[in-house]
Amino acid sequence: MALDDRKSEFTFVGTRPDRPDGLDKVTGRAKFGADAYAPGMLHGAVLRSPHAHARIVKIDTSKAEAHKDVKAVVTRADFSDRVPFHPGLEGEFWNVLENVMAGEKALYDGHAVAAVAATSALAARDALKLIEVEYEVLPHVTDVDKAMAPDAPVIREGAADYSVPEGMHPNVVRYHESGRGDVEAGFAEADLVIEDSFVTEAAHQGYIEPHACLATLGNDGKGELWCCTQGHWLVQKTCAALLGMETSQLRVTASEIGGGFGGKTTVFIEPVALALSRKVNRPVKIVMTRSEVFRATGPTSSASMDVKIGMKKDGTITAAKGIFRLQGGAFPGAPGDMTAMCAFAPYDLTNVKQIGYDVMANRPKQAAYRAPGAPMGAFAVESVIDELCNKLGLDPIDVRLKNAAKEGTKASYGPRYDRIGLVETLEAAKAHPHYAAPLEPGQGRGVSCGFWFNHGGETSVSLALSMDGSAQLMVGTPDIGGSRASMALMAAEVLGIPYENIRATVADTATLGYNDVSHGSRVTYASGLATIKAAQHAVEQLCERAAAKWGIPTDAVKWEDGCAVPSGPNAGDFDPRPLADITAEMGRTGGPISGHFEATPEGAGVSFGTHIVDAEVDPETGKTSIIRYTVIQDAGKAIHPTYVEGQYQGGAVQGIGWALNEEYVYGEDGRLQNSIFLDYRIPVASDLPMIDTVIVEVPNPGHPFGVRGVGETGIVPPLAAIANAVSNAAGVRMRQLPMSPPRILAALKENG
Amino acid sequence: MSKLHVSTNVNGDDVEFLCDPRETLLDCLRDKLNLTGAKEGCGTGDCGACSVTFDGRLVCSCLMLGVEAEGKQIETVEGIADGDVLHPLQKKFIEYAALQCGVCTPGILVAAKSLLEKNPNPTEEEARYWLAGNLCRCTGYDKIIRAVMDTAAELREAS
Repeated sequence: MALDDRKSEFTFVGTRPDRPDGLDKVTGRAKFGADAYAPGMLHGAVLRSPHAHARIVKIDTSKAEAHKDVKAVVTRADFSDRVPFHPGLEGEFWNVLENVMAGEKALYDGHAVAAVAATSALAARDALKLIEVEYEVLPHVTDVDKAMAPDAPVIREGAADYSVPEGMHPNVVRYHESGRGDVEAGFAEADLVIEDSFVTEAAHQGYIEPHACLATLGNDGKGELWCCTQGHWLVQKTCAALLGMETSQLRVTASEIGGGFGGKTTVFIEPVALALSRKVNRPVKIVMTRSEVFRATGPTSSASMDVKIGMKKDGTITAAKGIFRLQGGAFPGAPGDMTAMCAFAPYDLTNVKQIGYDVMANRPKQAAYRAPGAPMGAFAVESVIDELCNKLGLDPIDVRLKNAAKEGTKASYGPRYDRIGLVETLEAAKAHPHYAAPLEPGQGRGVSCGFWFNHGGETSVSLALSMDGSAQLMVGTPDIGGSRASMALMAAEVLGIPYENIRATVADTATLGYNDVSHGSRVTYASGLATIKAAQHAVEQLCERAAAKWGIPTDAVKWEDGCAVPSGPNAGDFDPRPLADITAEMGRTGGPISGHFEATPEGAGVSFGTHIVDAEVDPETGKTSIIRYTVIQDAGKAIHPTYVEGQYQGGAVQGIGWALNEEYVYGEDGRLQNSIFLDYRIPVASDLPMIDTVIVEVPNPGHPFGVRGVGETGIVPPLAAIANAVSNAAGVRMRQLPMSPPRILAALKENG
Repeated sequence: MSKLHVSTNVNGDDVEFLCDPRETLLDCLRDKLNLTGAKEGCGTGDCGACSVTFDGRLVCSCLMLGVEAEGKQIETVEGIADGDVLHPLQKKFIEYAALQCGVCTPGILVAAKSLLEKNPNPTEEEARYWLAGNLCRCTGYDKIIRAVMDTAAELREAS
């Protein structure tokens, strides 16, 4: 990034205008995944395994196929690894296919085994009952520690990669080890060493909109797909691979997306709907039920962790070691490496070692959930730090400040930090009235820091100017938190025209170059950077047109407040030319003016936050109430501060749910016991206080306006902050999430 | 199963549709009447994304059958605005950014409007409990509650 791109004084950035999709969303006319219809449309439904682990002996679809309302039935035989002209898939595509439609074995309760398309949604559901599947039920395992034990049933032989040390169970499929220094020597230097074990359960992303799609694939090999997704180019290439078709022949349009949080960064029903459509040559719509969402999509990993930290009496951490075992369902991919790398990242450590395991079990394939892997590690590490502070009589913020990573610190996972804002968040936390407010009896206060890498990713943006001087901005990252508003603000800043004159749209895969998924807190950073560059590209051309008209060199023209102006007194004496003047005659001065930018930006800039929470524990019932909550996080530069606050608040509340209520509960039979919102209880309005926010702005050197992604870090501190508050309130250390009333009562009882 | 004929009134308009007796009111609003503002988030009455009013009563349309609409008055999110004039709640939801993804917003607006009609001066706690049947996963409810409370204050001043 060239230094001359930097900007610190802003006209539009940092204001809080209405979002462009606001009216559609308050009137009910915004079109989400399930809101699309097509002529001749059929309805699809998916048959799912009732077993956690079973060999599929036989699938008889003849009765379903014979039913008058049924137009197509598909099984694994209809996907590309079984289609002769397209030899087998490899790597993650194969894993996704195996998840989308089971092959030889059903690997978890809810695993898809067949699907139908019928004339109505009711007919499709009824037809599923006509499909006969013969299963040979196999032993199963759903717990991470049990899945690593020598006698655990093997989910899939040969799934482990080169990183796994010899002698591990075949369910351990990836291994990560990193660190530096001598942790044993470090522990010997400490005045107090605490080693403890922690467990977190899988939580679901819990987006309110179930997965939905409308697919059309004809026998000409050309396809159209409408779906709710965080990344339609990923959907395009994955579906094309699974169906054995050319990527460019499939056009994917992203609907408005009703929440994703990482859970909509892969495909589930989309390839199935396409396969059904191809078979019957009609559009097919599939909408998941909530129970299907819980049983067969997304949850995050469950984790079992051991953390050991040594501290001197003055609060200096002398050594830290963590072992993090993450269960990611019946496929490789649990982010044990991410957990390990993030766990100690807030601290400047001489001696540190972190080990991460990716473990398979008979559960749905884990999907990313907001800073995937980081919250669990932070729960374990920040709990131990809290306990050390309690035992040594130290202030938890002072201790974190004493050990905090700064610019130039070598991160626990390797690289040196560029400019970062952890210290600023801690100082803001210490100065916040919340931290000094008195507590009532029965209440406890907890703090925690959190870290997330943030991501750049492949990005394309186009910006086209209209004759009347307005601009249309095409981005390729589905808007999951108000990003169309942020993009328009950044474009307005560069073009110098009002925010309202810019229309930002999420383009489909046929009208823009490749874009990576909306994940990794990358959208405001990467699509924002590309928007700025695309707008600058358009400005260059506007300056060229003005220069040509004035008969002066292009470099004698500069862009100021939405106008071309001579760059100095020597350039000549010309009146400023507003953007609309230049675009009005662009057709006859060289043609349409558009800007575009394509790149993989590398300077995302890591992100830190500090949370303060007050909790009250009812010793009679074990119920925890969150009394007060404050989120302090570095945004680099908040483009639209209201939406930054929204990310902080949403992340914190998802963390509250994960800490206090949410968990996947499996029965002895390996079946999910709580696959509806009544039993998988996410926070509701009456559970919560207002969530206070403080936006710290330490500019990211890797972005022209200083932006750091803010979407994910907000869920990293809450698990530990709340566990620390609850432990301090209850007088007993809570080591297992969620801290549901029965667990708290049991802990209180054990403590006498 | 043969279909039944239903005559009802939605957002002030007389409408008719044919439905399978097993189809929910939500399915009928969405698939027969093209009113896709109400969403199915759960199908079990736990998320409130399908909230509508049924003869003035706030209900989950996923828990009612289409045939029950016969002769009733249904109000959905599509009927909240008066032509091109937004209801104060709709304006405040945009102004406060009381929505992120927006999929819960139709249900929350219907529920919040119902609250303010019954209780023009709710406490924050009353607003939080009234809206406890409407799940939002994006916002943490903070801005939603602020938008509802501010709308209530504005409507009280105007009346």
